[in-house]
Amino acid sequence: MKYRLVSGLETHVELATATKIFCGCTTAFGGAPNTHCCPVCTGQPGTLPVLNKKVVEYAIRAGLATHCTINTTTHLDRKNYCYPDLPKAYQISQFDKPLCEHGYVELESGKRIGITRIHIEEDAGKLVHESGYTYIDYNRGGVPLIEIVSEPDISSPEEAKEYVEKLQLIMRYIGVSDCKMQEGSMRCDVNISVMPDGATEFGTRTEIKNMNSISYIEKAMGYEYRRQIEVIESGGKIVQATLRYDEHSGETSVMRTKEDAQDYRYFPEPDILTVVIPEEKVDEIRASLPELPTDKLHRYICELKINPATAKLLYKYKRVCDFAEKAFALGAGVKNTVNLIVGTLYSKLETEEDKEKFLLPVTAEEMAKLVKLADEGKINITLAQKTLAKMAEEGKPVSEYIRPADIAGMDDGELEIICRQAVEANPAAVADFKAGKDKAIFALYGFVKKATQGKADIKKPDAIIKKLIK
Amino acid sequence: MKSVISALSAKLQSGEWSSLYLTEKYIKEIERRNPKLNAYVHLTFDEARKNAEAADVMISEGRATPLTGIPFTLKDNIATDGLLTTCCSKILQGLKPYYNATVWQKLKAQGAVLLGKTNMDEFAMGSTSETSYFGAPLNPVDTTRVTGGSSGGGAAAVCANLAAYALGSDTGGSIRQPASFCGVVGFKPTYGAVSRYGLLAYGSSLDQIGPITSSVTDAALVYDAIRGDDKADGTSCPTPDGKTVLRGDVKNLKIGVAKEYFEGISPEIKGAIDNMIAEYERAGAQIVEVSIPALKLALPVYYIIACAEASSNLGRYDGIRYGYRAKNYTSVDDMITKTRTQGFGKEVKKRIMLGTYVLSSGYFDAYYKKACLLRKTVESQMAEAFEKCDVLFAPTAPNTAFKQGYSGGNAVETYLSDVCTVPVNIAGLPAISIPCGVDKNGMPVGMQIIGKKFSDALVLDTAYYAERENLSLCADVEGGVKL
Repeated sequence: MKYRLVSGLETHVELATATKIFCGCTTAFGGAPNTHCCPVCTGQPGTLPVLNKKVVEYAIRAGLATHCTINTTTHLDRKNYCYPDLPKAYQISQFDKPLCEHGYVELESGKRIGITRIHIEEDAGKLVHESGYTYIDYNRGGVPLIEIVSEPDISSPEEAKEYVEKLQLIMRYIGVSDCKMQEGSMRCDVNISVMPDGATEFGTRTEIKNMNSISYIEKAMGYEYRRQIEVIESGGKIVQATLRYDEHSGETSVMRTKEDAQDYRYFPEPDILTVVIPEEKVDEIRASLPELPTDKLHRYICELKINPATAKLLYKYKRVCDFAEKAFALGAGVKNTVNLIVGTLYSKLETEEDKEKFLLPVTAEEMAKLVKLADEGKINITLAQKTLAKMAEEGKPVSEYIRPADIAGMDDGELEIICRQAVEANPAAVADFKAGKDKAIFALYGFVKKATQGKADIKKPDAIIKKLIK
Repeated sequence: MKSVISALSAKLQSGEWSSLYLTEKYIKEIERRNPKLNAYVHLTFDEARKNAEAADVMISEGRATPLTGIPFTLKDNIATDGLLTTCCSKILQGLKPYYNATVWQKLKAQGAVLLGKTNMDEFAMGSTSETSYFGAPLNPVDTTRVTGGSSGGGAAAVCANLAAYALGSDTGGSIRQPASFCGVVGFKPTYGAVSRYGLLAYGSSLDQIGPITSSVTDAALVYDAIRGDDKADGTSCPTPDGKTVLRGDVKNLKIGVAKEYFEGISPEIKGAIDNMIAEYERAGAQIVEVSIPALKLALPVYYIIACAEASSNLGRYDGIRYGYRAKNYTSVDDMITKTRTQGFGKEVKKRIMLGTYVLSSGYFDAYYKKACLLRKTVESQMAEAFEKCDVLFAPTAPNTAFKQGYSGGNAVETYLSDVCTVPVNIAGLPAISIPCGVDKNGMPVGMQIIGKKFSDALVLDTAYYAERENLSLCADVEGGVKL
């Protein structure tokens, strides 16, 4: 029998606000243990949380970017559970009235993965186990999170991967999170069940907690899919459970089953008043959203006629796109601009993160000047590439490398002398060309190019050489 | 009643006394009388002397405010940087917060002198202060009787002249009821008018800090000094600028009397309040009969909501970061269990269990959710009553101070004794309790004046009429610092 995989993801994304969700402490990653905290985020008796408005704003951005409706009247709730990394013994979260609901993320195939809800909450601290003792670091306690809950619309590990990547991309684009899974600023819980093809009822699901890499998500889903089928095929039943994934063995194991599931005793947080967001504020946030990745990709291919392969290399990195678009706006041609970025600048930006940050000392203004020289045929593309490579290393303007005299163009008489020299210096190539070997002329081009240091556009010498040979 | 604060302040301003001299007088009296009365549980005399010296400088530099140099006390659930703050619970043994509650910060900036932390029911859960880990304070009027609670230590300290005033907290009557039992004034401001930052929470949506004083004038002075919006408390709100003006203007004031408030009230208490109402009527006030049928719902609503919130608020006391920690444990869970078993008193455990139960899945709708709905009913019926009147007059408690030890065996009766005070907390209203005569045993009776939200000034001004006309007299107890 064939089985369908049914999966939904709960994705936690740390928001990139400067301060924590309920106090003024920094959200910076790292730092010596317990140096980024205060009486409020360590839950000292008597302290009170005060909601950081930026958190609400960022979460609304995330909601609008994933096509959610925004609940403009909402509140926070307490989720009660006792664990040493949670100093108040409750997490302030949202239960029955999340800030955002009913959205979706579109995959490349056009399939939409539904977003059930996005709510805001606080992160917990971290337990550090060392030499037989357990220490608690509350630096991360109170860092704002959004939890993005998807519908069970995901039907393969590949779709899960694409969904997570798309989320990552969207969140980075709109500037609400850096979504670094290795630093924990994005993590996923994967809900998964299987059902026989054609069945109408979902199977019992399991939940794999705290996945911190996309490849582990894929692997864990694959493993759990096979495991569940095996259990069913061998006559067993899937037990609703929370699982952990062991990266080394590639297997899942049970953390707890439904029987010992916690009762979180949710109730409205009395320390924070109902949050009322004016409609105008939502409109204002909507208006401030940048073009979203899917729209941008579409525009690059359809309107700017960038070839799809190149467009895909570009659209993932918002800063690169901003740079390119600024150069376009300054008159740089699209084709030369994107080819120079992908061909030359990307060789200086090896990692994803490098491209993400795009920290090169080349301004869009200088880029535009350079591209325009190439567009107008004043320099050839090779010189443009070489120049751009130097600019990216040294951070100097185009004028440092290409002087006005260089691009004034060659005097026709001077060019004819060089062409004549080329013909004289390559008798064999001339003979070959005359004998019908068209490619032999490249040897002559090469001579001219060298002698003119790339200053001449090849169209002119081509005409002169051909005239001379005839 | 006369203003102790104004009288002391006059002596300080004129240079007759220094604040340090006055402080030493209080210290001497506390040392002499507190061992018996047990009003204070933590003495902060070093802090008091430092505060007094700072106050004397302020006075000499002409920067004095009405509270500069005046010795006072804080309830043991208000956070004081570096000074014991234990909610009179074993589980907070040794807790010295490293931040100040907003109210203490404000008072300190105005040159107030902190004598110590006063006794209370453990985590403010009780109506007699007998659940205190440090033992109950005694009622200075009759030491065989309780002070009321939970701010019993503060009321006893003010009554016995061991402090010029006290700050208490009121979740279901914890300022007003002990004030009435000890024959002093207790004022619970509108929810949000005074910052709760630094108040160790019991029922967060009900808790409110307020003054216990020897006069309405003093209550207004202290209220003015601590009120206002606070960035650290998202539930606090702005209050009107300027000082609360007391004129005692009651002509044409509409005084509402709701019969529901008088059901089951002892005839002696009812009589005392009727007399007071008659006095106001003679002064030109109009008496309006109103009905608040939902009043009887307030008590169960209060116990469900307060306990639900408490069960969550007290979850953080686990022995890990501060306070008491059990010895001899086998794991973290075992340590937490033993710490709580040994650290929490019986009443606290009872309320945590009750609160946990009403929030549990399967019971949430039947208890907590229903209580929230009924809370709205109480709120709206109170609001309706205030469409017909400006203030409500009501008893503070159905009884005067119990004998020590009585409530232990009469838990339900003790819970029921909160019936007159909790509606105000449920609806977030301001209310004051002022002395209103004594019963046949000479024990003080209290009367409440209740106003609508943010009518704190009107409540105080209405009470001030009784003070001005000498209709309301504080208990006169021997000893303590007298003028």
